[in-house]
Amino acid sequence: MLPTDEKTIRALKVGDEVLLTGTIVTARDAAHKYMVSKQPADLKPLLKNSVIYHCGPIVKKVGDTWHMVCAGPTTSIREEPYEADVMRIYGVRGFIGKGGMGPKTLEACKKFGAVYLHATGGCAAELACTMTEVLEVRKLEFGTPEAFWVIKVDDFPCTVTMDSHGNSLHDVVEAESRKVLQKLIG
Amino acid sequence: MDQKKLPRQLFELIRRTSTDLPPDIQGALEAGARREKSGSSSRTAFRTMLSSVELSRTEDVPLCQDTGSLVWHIHYPDGSPLLPVEKEIEKAIAKATANSLLRPNAVDPVTGKNSGNNLGPGAPVLNFHPWKKKMWEFQLLLKGGGSENVGTQYRLPDSALGAGRDLDGVYKCILDAVWKAQGKGCAPGVICVCIGGNRDTGMEEAKKQALRKLDDVNPDPDLAKLERKLYTDCNKLGIGPMGYGGKTTVLGVKIGKLMRHPACFFVSISYLCWSARRCTMTIKGGKAKYSN
Repeated sequence: MLPTDEKTIRALKVGDEVLLTGTIVTARDAAHKYMVSKQPADLKPLLKNSVIYHCGPIVKKVGDTWHMVCAGPTTSIREEPYEADVMRIYGVRGFIGKGGMGPKTLEACKKFGAVYLHATGGCAAELACTMTEVLEVRKLEFGTPEAFWVIKVDDFPCTVTMDSHGNSLHDVVEAESRKVLQKLIG
Repeated sequence: MDQKKLPRQLFELIRRTSTDLPPDIQGALEAGARREKSGSSSRTAFRTMLSSVELSRTEDVPLCQDTGSLVWHIHYPDGSPLLPVEKEIEKAIAKATANSLLRPNAVDPVTGKNSGNNLGPGAPVLNFHPWKKKMWEFQLLLKGGGSENVGTQYRLPDSALGAGRDLDGVYKCILDAVWKAQGKGCAPGVICVCIGGNRDTGMEEAKKQALRKLDDVNPDPDLAKLERKLYTDCNKLGIGPMGYGGKTTVLGVKIGKLMRHPACFFVSISYLCWSARRCTMTIKGGKAKYSN
């Protein structure tokens, strides 16, 4: 259930499969730069104990209401320079994306109590089905893929691949595959 | 070619490319799912991919929210006027964007402004090729940005990799690129390669390999052998779908070649995500046929 709290997040371990219900907020490249450089006050209550989704959706406006047509995860590593600061400034508890993130984010997850949640890339239709309502949109001038979309989700499926105890599935797979690579190319 | 029918035919090509996964790719994902352990994250990832594809087809929505950059290869009867066709393509793209079949993906790199309709300098990418046939062929590739970011270009020799100017050196570059990509390009992808050419033509040719079917056989026996070896060895890396770990890291390896300058030896690699959206439309006597 979202928003969440530190205790719930600390209980999660790499490999846990999670279904999210509640409010999430999309943010990708332009949004991350904006969050860290401008630190707008209006975003703080929205993001406290919440989960950010790395996603640039396809949306549709019917009358005055926005709908999510397609909304799968985007590659998270592009937000590596920003995410530790986002945790510190806003108290965000989780990040949904794909591909995993780096050591700076992993360290900040440990320090501030947050997790990285992996969603299956390319499954945009399936994931959009879990989005029951678009509550609001901020900074639409960034363009529809880059705006902050505040969305209600019901049973959004994802897997913990980086936890708040310093574990990362991405580091494990990278190290194991490196051994194979070295054997193959000498 | 019937100019009156063309707008609808082009729109239909975009709709099909965006909402339908080619059958060879789907078959490879199904085979991938069977190879993973029951209950594993990798098996779940494959299952989610396949059910999302099915949902996109029935609901007529894009497979992925990143509908990519639009790369076109158009074969036309020699001597045909091209400007009207170019205009119709642009109109069809703007219409498909307004209908949520494409996400607006053309951003001015200086002002940061999104053009909102997928049009602008360099968008779409149009390649026209004359031929002697009387029919037209439109090949469309929707190339996602996440996978584009893990594409790369090597310059041989590469001392860090110990890669020389031969096929063994090429082999090392490709494995290295697949390892570096991990799950970030939406694995398992199709690894599209060009050996030789220049900085620009090499990358173009690599991306053109993305139009080949998974089960075709390279007419060049040396390249066919290299493709098979790399397919096997890339899948030994154990990166798996989305980088969760697993037995399927790539769905295929496709390699082309272009003449190189004596001083240059480039290996250009374009990563095609599992949601490999390609479709071909042929128009003969005004009638369109679609195949992906």
